[in-house]
Amino acid sequence: MSAHEESGPRDRMIHPDVAKAGDESERGQDGRRLDHAEATTRPIGAEPKAKAVREAQPRGAKIRGNRPIDQAEAAERFLAAPLHQKAHDERLWDLRKKRDTAAFGIPEWEELRDLASQIKAHTLSNLDRYLEEFEANAKANGVHVHWAADGAEHNRIVHGILKDHGAKSLIKSKSMLTEECGFRHYMAGTGIEVIETDLGERIQQLDNEEPSHVVVPAVHKTRFDVAAVFAKTMGTDPENDDAHYLAESQRMHTRPLILEADAGMTGCNFAIAETGTVVTCTNEGNADLSGNVPKLQIHSIGIEKLIPRIEHLGVFLRLLARSALGSPITQYTSHFRAPREGSEMHYVLVDNGRSERLGMEEFWTSLKCIRCGACMNTCPVYRRSGGLSYGATYSGPIGLIIDPTFNKRKYSTLPFSSTMNGSCTNVCPVKINIHEQIFAWRKVLAEEHQIPLLKQGMMKAAGQVLSRPATYRAAIGAADSALRALPRFAVYNPLNTWGKGREMPDSPRQSFHSWYKQNRMDKKPETDA
Amino acid sequence: MNSRDDTLARIRKNRPAGDHPLPDIPDFEPLVGDDLVAEFGERLKRMGGRIAAPAPGEDPFSAVRERLDDSAVIASAVPEIAGNRDLSRVALPADLADVDVAVVRAVFGVAETGSVLFTQDELKVNAVAYLAQHLVVLLDPADILVNIQAAYRRPDFGRAAYAVLHTGPSATADIEGVLIHGAQGVRSLTVILLPRA
Repeated sequence: MSAHEESGPRDRMIHPDVAKAGDESERGQDGRRLDHAEATTRPIGAEPKAKAVREAQPRGAKIRGNRPIDQAEAAERFLAAPLHQKAHDERLWDLRKKRDTAAFGIPEWEELRDLASQIKAHTLSNLDRYLEEFEANAKANGVHVHWAADGAEHNRIVHGILKDHGAKSLIKSKSMLTEECGFRHYMAGTGIEVIETDLGERIQQLDNEEPSHVVVPAVHKTRFDVAAVFAKTMGTDPENDDAHYLAESQRMHTRPLILEADAGMTGCNFAIAETGTVVTCTNEGNADLSGNVPKLQIHSIGIEKLIPRIEHLGVFLRLLARSALGSPITQYTSHFRAPREGSEMHYVLVDNGRSERLGMEEFWTSLKCIRCGACMNTCPVYRRSGGLSYGATYSGPIGLIIDPTFNKRKYSTLPFSSTMNGSCTNVCPVKINIHEQIFAWRKVLAEEHQIPLLKQGMMKAAGQVLSRPATYRAAIGAADSALRALPRFAVYNPLNTWGKGREMPDSPRQSFHSWYKQNRMDKKPETDA
Repeated sequence: MNSRDDTLARIRKNRPAGDHPLPDIPDFEPLVGDDLVAEFGERLKRMGGRIAAPAPGEDPFSAVRERLDDSAVIASAVPEIAGNRDLSRVALPADLADVDVAVVRAVFGVAETGSVLFTQDELKVNAVAYLAQHLVVLLDPADILVNIQAAYRRPDFGRAAYAVLHTGPSATADIEGVLIHGAQGVRSLTVILLPRA
């Protein structure tokens, strides 16, 4: 390490207000650099940038009612903002590399993925029974259990609980489910204040934007963007873009709101049928504040979050944080089972299309998703276009296969925002065949005439290659990998605007199939499959 | 309208085809070596926590003595130190907002991750583990389990109203990946290896 690095870029960046000697965040007790939680493996080198080189934050897809989202148009604007695009790409690729290191550290990684996938398949195909068991145990524990058929009913139920208690403010931790339900928008008209307490989610709330990533909601923003948002909404110094200053300002600003809140709300990572427990996995401690400070606590649960037994957490927890962050575990793994003395606890079980998805033969396994974000971090399209370009609650590869179940017309173009490189499927901790489902959606949407004509030609060509394994493999062999083969026309096709100005990431020099043929099949003559 | 019955009926109607048995979970080889205390400490440090192993006869709190001396409000849930905020007389969790240091004992530790477990019994007021500025945790070295799998075989999770694994302090890197301890919860977490009295 050079002397330059030793002094650290922070010494020059840090604001005097927070440059206290006792800050322990950057280095551990033994002096080594820390990179747990969602931290980067390398220090961000930049000194405060002069205003002149700052660039405006590119905004997400334009939402025009029910009309199909033009992801490519939004992606183009993201690409036209090179500082944002580069920071986003590098940050997520760094998370992806941390994930690889963590996964390689466990010899049974592949076995764990199989087990997790099987446990989820089992639970989903017996979901009625496990939901009844979960409900019975929760009620026996003194928890009030509610059922919501859709997002609107979820919002009405939660609003009702808050009204019954005369609540004026609600602190909440990050929950993709409540985003999906449009909960904050609904509550805006009720006179009850909703306060997001996850830093990233709070940034997004104050900027009137949706989260762009399931794990790191403000990953598309630079610290300059955050400084601008906080200056406008919390009165911080607009010239100070030090992350420590910004995070500390948010802590000081939010803490009184937490202390005075009438109610708290969390989402749910896992719901345990045998005990009626809701489990959350977080880094900031804000879910535990939401669940432990106010007298009223509400947990919103997607019905697909069920797992049968406590022991199964031993499988899922070992996969979740490693896949999401490259850490062995999140800072907090919280198990809420019964109300505290003198407090009231509510569960809201939300369907919102999940029970219908269960009946879709090609797509039901997407319900296995544990929202780790690994497929997003590895996706070349996602990294270079930003989560908001998808114009939907769920972005990236998992979004492509979930979003059309909510609205086939509005999200009809999303399954085309993929290179079909299969990397998403390879990193998925519960082994969802994401790229195959993306392709299956293209077929469904074409058959139902949901996709615009110009995309149909592309799809047909892709269909011809992908529908026949031998042709597909020949295409891979000719160009080393699907990343180089199929996308040549799908990505750089003049009709496909998101391919412009981008180079594809390096792909393996040899595909597994060609390696296998070369090394294990003794150069037998190629036969048609 | 009864959304409960409607949802359950749709699930039954849409049940996926095929047999999907619940797999048995094998006992995996521990990822850590035999010295669980050393492995625990190493992993805790990687997650931003601190560890202290006071020598017998030494002041068990020597590693955090300076912090304790500088603190106006110390909330202790353990007999090893008195503190000056009685956790059994807290009317509202929010009343703990001024606590500088909280001292609690862990049910057990986990070597694979550097985690410690608390339930409502150890914390007395759950919120103290998040509202305090700093958290000091007493852990009996004999209470360190090998891995997460072993942790979930313990009965605590089925019994406790609230059970939580802490692995280092509150952390965020939501702004450009810059790691910051004390996002909303405690700014530091120090584990002191100290056998139960």
